[in-house]
Amino acid sequence: LKTMRFMLLFSRQGKLRLQKWYTATAERDKKKMVRDLMQIVLARKPKMCSFLEWRDLKIVYKRYASLYFCCAVEEQDNELITLEVIHRFVELLDKYFGSVCELDIIFNFEKAYFILDEFLMGGEIQDTSKKSVLKAIEQSDLLQEVSCIQY
Amino acid sequence: MPAPIRLRELIRTIRTARTQAEEREMIQKECAAIRSSFREEDNTYRCRNVAKLLYMHMLGYPAHFGQLECLKLIASQKFTDKRIGYLGAMLLLDERQDVHLLMTNCIKNDLNHSTQYVQGLALCTLGCMGSSEMCRDLAGEVEKLLKTSNSYLRKKAALCAVHVIRKVPELMEMFLPATKNLLSEKNHGVLHTSVVLLTEMCERSPDMLSHFRKLVPQLVRILKNLIMSGYSPEHDVSGISDPFLQVRILRLLRILGRSDDDSSEAMNDILAQVATNTETSKNVGNAILYETVLTIMDIKSESGLRVLAINILGRFLLNNDKNIRYVALTSLLKTVQTDHNAVQRHRSTIVDCLKDLDVSIKRRAMELSFALVNGNNIRGMMKELLYFLDSCDPEFKADCASGVFLAAEKYAPSKRWHIDTIMRVLTTAGSYVRDDSVPNLIQLITNSVEMHAYTVQRLYKALLDDISQQPLVQVASWCIGEYGDLLVSGQCEEEEPIQVTEDEVLDVLEGLLVSNLSTPVTRGYSLTAIMKLSTRFSSVNRIKKVVSIYGSSIDVELQQRAVEYNALFKKYDHMRPALLERMPIMEKTASNGPTEIVQTNGETEPSMGESKHPPPIGQPANQANDLLDLLGGNDVPVIQTTMPTKTASSGGELLDLLGDLSLSGGPAPAPAPSVPTSQPTFLLDGISSQPLFNDIAAAGIPPMTAYNKNGLKIDFTFERANPNPNIAVITIHASNSTEADMTDFVFQAAVPKTFQLQLLSPSSNVVPALNQGTVTQVIRVLNPQKQQLRMRVKLTYTHKGSAFQDLSEVNNFPPQSWQ
Repeated sequence: LKTMRFMLLFSRQGKLRLQKWYTATAERDKKKMVRDLMQIVLARKPKMCSFLEWRDLKIVYKRYASLYFCCAVEEQDNELITLEVIHRFVELLDKYFGSVCELDIIFNFEKAYFILDEFLMGGEIQDTSKKSVLKAIEQSDLLQEVSCIQY
Repeated sequence: MPAPIRLRELIRTIRTARTQAEEREMIQKECAAIRSSFREEDNTYRCRNVAKLLYMHMLGYPAHFGQLECLKLIASQKFTDKRIGYLGAMLLLDERQDVHLLMTNCIKNDLNHSTQYVQGLALCTLGCMGSSEMCRDLAGEVEKLLKTSNSYLRKKAALCAVHVIRKVPELMEMFLPATKNLLSEKNHGVLHTSVVLLTEMCERSPDMLSHFRKLVPQLVRILKNLIMSGYSPEHDVSGISDPFLQVRILRLLRILGRSDDDSSEAMNDILAQVATNTETSKNVGNAILYETVLTIMDIKSESGLRVLAINILGRFLLNNDKNIRYVALTSLLKTVQTDHNAVQRHRSTIVDCLKDLDVSIKRRAMELSFALVNGNNIRGMMKELLYFLDSCDPEFKADCASGVFLAAEKYAPSKRWHIDTIMRVLTTAGSYVRDDSVPNLIQLITNSVEMHAYTVQRLYKALLDDISQQPLVQVASWCIGEYGDLLVSGQCEEEEPIQVTEDEVLDVLEGLLVSNLSTPVTRGYSLTAIMKLSTRFSSVNRIKKVVSIYGSSIDVELQQRAVEYNALFKKYDHMRPALLERMPIMEKTASNGPTEIVQTNGETEPSMGESKHPPPIGQPANQANDLLDLLGGNDVPVIQTTMPTKTASSGGELLDLLGDLSLSGGPAPAPAPSVPTSQPTFLLDGISSQPLFNDIAAAGIPPMTAYNKNGLKIDFTFERANPNPNIAVITIHASNSTEADMTDFVFQAAVPKTFQLQLLSPSSNVVPALNQGTVTQVIRVLNPQKQQLRMRVKLTYTHKGSAFQDLSEVNNFPPQSWQ
């Protein structure tokens, strides 16, 4: 019984920018699923709704500028709130990077992961306060040793 | 040794690659550098190298050689190292890797670290991908942290506990004490994750569920505070206070209120309050409303509340946002059975959704529409659904057509309406109709006696327009074969009778035979229809000609039929009228159901739902009845054989069998061709046959002698074909030890009713003398009930000028052949 199985970020050209898996999956299977799903989502027309059935899962996706945010949830989930979860993540990225764009996420992918892992754990929200999540990231950033800041 | 290139520098460089090959080259070069750096055990740049590796991994390149390095990073004292290390572990290592367990000690240490952000990293990693062993080892640490007053850690520990419980359910108990005052927290993070934890525990354990029911009042209070409280900037989303927490609480309430009257009552007011007060202008408000509706429908709510919920869904249907419409339809589909009347009120809105542009919405609207059809609204609904059928995407047509047929069958206000509806479906979506609809429709038409003239006329006219849609063509052929006389006589009452001649009708049917558009099945239908008309039309010679032409068709199916019909003209012309008589009303067994055998007077007749192909010749049901009555016996084996389709005379042999029975005026039901129908065929001992063809699997089964008399010996060998445990493939080997050949050798077999049997063509009709050769023939027996195989065989042959015949039981089948 997992609510969110995975989250993917990918561009209109089908380039993967982030993948977070909340279930243990073989590398080969991950690649196939990502390929299949990207193809399906990129083929969707603007007038279609943000939800689609895929295998035994519900896919909730939303496009922000050039990036697709795509979550796979269990059948019985509330798709509308999942859209809000996606939106919250985008807001966090936006606040952190200052008007976030795809390039920010490309060049700072590890930071995008850090933010995601401060926001969600096992697919569930850790903290519903934007301020709280951002503060934790900020403090963690400060802990990074001066010698290692530019890795 | 120069410092390894920085992460962002690498990213920049790789992005300049103009081709895949160029990129690969860069990656390989960098990987080589990273590998040698790892070999040197360089602590300073390990973090940088692993970070680069993670980037390359995201591009799709292998990075497994970095797994151990992640572990080293995790073990480092530096926070930066740990951050990248844990990230790497989460991306490169999961519980399927052996090295995964090596993390356990590090995580344990970090769970007790003095810096909460390090503890946080450890909790997150454990909570995202910890294996069962790891969870077992570290559950105690997590439990400890669940009791801390540090809300940053407490919220993470709660979610980590959720993961531990998912991986090792037995550990759930140990977290129980720590849950004691979780809900008294003010911190929303802790509240949210605690609710998630409690939900997980309640869903997994009925004991936990009863234990936590006492929390309902507290949950109600928290929810109330959220709704009533003023603006809280920290948790506000579009004017709603902490929607995420609200939704999680609603979900927990759902689980607690399910099948519990008291709990349901305790939450009744708050649910009504949320349902009426939540702002619906944005998605976030609707998300809460949606969760509320789901909860109301699932608990034991009073009817007023349920109606409120359904009305919310009804309003959702009118929302501009297609996402909202989608969830509304999904939910309505779930509740349409239990709250049928309430959903009915929104029927017109639902029907409007059939015109939606989104495929998922259309599908749901279609399913819901069918669920809402009843005796009162059938006419109006069918109009909408037929219109939908006309214009919908091909992916919907089959389901929609099936749905229309089902609904029409249940609620048709009149026979005429029913036939018209069927006609509409066949003409507009005729190629998408399922195979089993054809026999169903045929049965329906047969039983609508007063509509026969109207039906055949409409079908005939449809054929004139379009012969490409096979189900339509098949049904039409069948009807014309049956009711062609009504067609030419211009007897229609329901509409203006058509003026058509026998020749015109035969033109149409013959046209089907030659058309490229017709499938072999369709050709079978039309040939049979033509044959049937020989007793309804006067142009018998024309029909005879057609039939004889197809006696040499390369299509084996058609050839066999033609040959048999030919034989009917030649030798059994006196039987022809009776054989081709009008079909009687068929007893309905199952609507769309699979095979089901109806026993009437010892006759077995398949339900029309079963056969893919209709009986080639109008089943001479009455005559078959007589025959069976004569021979009696219920538990009598079924005889089945296929004749070698070599020469035209083989048809004669077929019917010779029935001659043996010396029945007067008894019909010779035409032998079933290799088609899964239930055609009363060789009624030796009066059973109809149900051929079913499958391959057999049998291996290592010893051969046996089935018959050995008068110099004729028949051995059975068993073979493995396809691995289907229900099917036995038996090859018979007939040998002749006498000095004279046995000619005109025919082997026939019958099996008990629970079996089905198919005989393939024999290798020859002559069993040479003095064991100089064998005749082989393959039998396939389907034995789904795994009963003991028994067989009755009939052998006929000519020997030294005399005709021989013998019947014998075969009971010595080796157990492996049927077990």
